[in-house]
Parts: sequence; C-alpha cells; structure tokens
Amino acid sequence: MSFTKRHSGSFVTAITKKGNRMKSKLMKSLPVLLLLAFTVAGYGQQSVTTAKWTGATQWTAASADLLFPALPYSNNALDPAIDPLTVEIHYDRHHRAYYNNFIKAISGTDMAKEPIESLFARISELPVSIRNNGGGFYNHVLYWENMKPGGGGEPSGKLADAIVEQFGSYKAFTEQFNDAAKTRFGSGWAWLAADPKTHQLFIASTANQDNPLMNTEQKNGVPLLALDVWEHAYYLKYQNKRVDYITAFWSVVNWDEVSRRYEAFLGKN
Amino acid sequence: MNFEFPALPYAYNALEPHIDATTMEIHHTKHHKAYYDKFVAAVQGTELESKRLEEIFAAISKAPAAVRNNGGGLYNHSLFWQILSPNGGGAPTGKVAAAINEKWGSFEEFKTKFNDAAANRFGSGWAWLSVGADKKLCVCSSPNQDNPLMDVHDCPGTPIMGLDVWEHAYYLKYQNRRPEYISAFWNLVNWEKVNEFYEKALR
Repeated sequence: MSFTKRHSGSFVTAITKKGNRMKSKLMKSLPVLLLLAFTVAGYGQQSVTTAKWTGATQWTAASADLLFPALPYSNNALDPAIDPLTVEIHYDRHHRAYYNNFIKAISGTDMAKEPIESLFARISELPVSIRNNGGGFYNHVLYWENMKPGGGGEPSGKLADAIVEQFGSYKAFTEQFNDAAKTRFGSGWAWLAADPKTHQLFIASTANQDNPLMNTEQKNGVPLLALDVWEHAYYLKYQNKRVDYITAFWSVVNWDEVSRRYEAFLGKN
Repeated sequence: MNFEFPALPYAYNALEPHIDATTMEIHHTKHHKAYYDKFVAAVQGTELESKRLEEIFAAISKAPAAVRNNGGGLYNHSLFWQILSPNGGGAPTGKVAAAINEKWGSFEEFKTKFNDAAANRFGSGWAWLSVGADKKLCVCSSPNQDNPLMDVHDCPGTPIMGLDVWEHAYYLKYQNRRPEYISAFWNLVNWEKVNEFYEKALR
C-alpha cells in the first residue's frame, strides 16, 4: 500500500481512478503506476515526501505526519464480494472524510506529535472527534489492507496454529467472528485481536469507529483482522442482508497481511 | 399481545423523489418487520408481553438488549411513517407551531437545531422533537434504536417527531450525503400529525 502526503493525495487518487478506467492493463502494471504516482507527486510541491506503506510500523509516526494511503487495489478488485461503487464511495468519501477530520482535529494541538495508537490508549480523555475520526481513519486502513482480490482460503503458519489453539478450529473461529459481526447492533466493527499480556487471540466487536486499542474497550488488544459492519460498507449491494456480506468477506480476506500483523505483534510483545 | 406491525399509510413510491420507493419498501418490509418479529420473540412468554411499549421503555434499563433494540426499532419506525406524508412539508401548523416559535424564536432556528442533531449523531440513530415532563419542546438525538421514552435517554420525553438517520434510511439514494437526506425530509413532514401528537403529549 502506498502512502502519500495528504496534499498530494487527491492526485494519486486521480491516477488510481484513471487506472480503474483502463482496468486490467494498468492493474497488471500496478507497481509502475504507483511509482509514477510517487514520482509525479514529488514535483511542483515543497517538502513533499512519499513513503512506502510499511504496515503497522507507519503508525509510530507523529499523528500529524500520517498520510492518507492509496487504495491497494482498484475499486472493482473485490467484486463480486464488494461492488466497485461501494469501494469507491467507502474509500474516497467515508474514509477520506475521517482522515481529513482527524488531521483537522489534532492540528495545532499536542496530539499532533503523538502516534495515533498512543492517542487510542488514552482516548477516554480526548475530544470525541479524535475518537470518531481517528478510529475511522485507522480502522479503514486496516480493513482495506486485510482484503485483496483473489483472497480467502485459510490462514497458515503461526497464525493458523494460534487460531486452532485458541478457538479449537478454523471453522469455530469463523463462527465466533461471524457472530460478533452479526450481533453488533447499529454501526461498528468485528475484530480478531491479540492480547499483549497473554499473547492470546480474541474476537471482539466495537461500536461506531471504536477499536480494540481504545481504552474505552473492556478488553484491549492489537487488531489483526478488521471487518466493517457499518451499513455503508455493504448496503448498496446487500441492503438488510448483512449476513451475506459477512459470508462474502471471507472470500477476499488477505491472510498474508493478517499473518504479517500477527508476526509483528509477536516480535514486539 | 397488543403489539402490531403497522401497514404503511401510503404507497412505497409516495415519498418520491425525497425518499425512493426501494428504500421505503426495504425499510418497511425488512428492517421494520425484523424489529417487530424479534421484539415479539423477545417478550413472548415474559411479563413484558402484556405491557404497553411506553411502559416497557420506562424501565428499559432493566430489560434485555433484545427488547431495547427491537422494541425501539418497532416503535420508532411506526412513529416515523406516520409523521411523513406525500402531502407534507411546509411550515408547522396549530399549537405545535406556536410552541416551536416560543422555544426557538422561529421555525428556521428550530430546523437548524434539529438538522444539527440529525447530522451530528455519529453512527446509527435518530433525531427527535419531543415534549418533556415540563411540557416544553426539546430537540435531541439518540443512538441506535433508543428513544426519549427510554429511561436511559439523556433528554427524556414523549417523541412527537423522529428522523431516522441510520444509513439504511437513506444510503441507496444519498450514500454518504446524509445532510441532503435531512434537507429532503422537510418536504415530507406531516405537520398535522406532529401537531396531533403534540396535543396528545400535553394531555
């Protein structure tokens, strides 16, 4: 996932959109496209830095330096599990608005210098706009990253072992996760997370844009897999049938990314 | 049991173009109906089944979440359909018009307050005009399917007008543009009905 300085974000998105129109040809040359985006974004603007998205390590940056990352695939890449229009509006309107509102809310305050995850750890004492928009920004980055075209299947390696150890089987894990996603009333998220104290995996659901890193949650942990169950995540295609969306989600899960997050968690905890 | 799933008082396409027919149909036959079914299932065989919804809400903090969520969903949507009308819109009439002016100075100022409540409700919820215990009007919002009759609500009262701001209420037509949906809502408000509810709440 590329990471682009926010005032050049719209430009990169423009290129991404152009890429969508040209579809398959350009998608095959995605690395070239991203390189082009970096290169062009670097022209004509002062002190523009572009950084390659390196997953969770990026979150250690000061909040004010966080960038709005490009979508790691085209709008139609998750079809038919998630339709292109939903991806486009979800990423370009909802997600972008959370990012912009978050940056606005921290700008000129001490929070600007603090990493976003450390803001989450004391979110109960911060303005509600930080909780809602910071959460909205962060959660969606995880969500986009933990999906990919041609995803699905089952996890492997240490993550697979940990899932079986904690839940008994992969199937039992998906059933518990599905329950969390189905029974979250109103807007929210379902999570697979890891507890830094016990190293155990656990499933949670959070309201609105809260997440397991926030000190307002009863149980805290490092998020590994995120599923957005706000109606905006699925309503255009699935309407009231949230269950069908949850089922379809499993066909696009990017287990490599979830594993990478788990390994990073083990490395740090 | 005295709970009913009400028919819509107009056709699904009657509120076009402000609320589209597909949204109305899914909203009524799927969402509202599911709240009704789940509420009935939750209270059946319990002491709650012989009570009125208003009584249940007055002690909702002691009831299971399924009663709160689905009972709220049943009641709120039943009220919502009634305060909408294909012949709605315009300025309020009757006693409620005078009460709005008394409280907010003008209809426009009231609308601004109500719009703010609807736009700023984060996540799923409702915006309300309600009558408090002091018989005064009050604008507020509630999360999910809560409402001002519930003993968990921070501005308790009797709702006389509600606006659903769950994404399911507007997403097919308006997507992320909730403010446009809120603007369109004012073309549909059945002020006669709101006034009727107001007078009833005063009694």
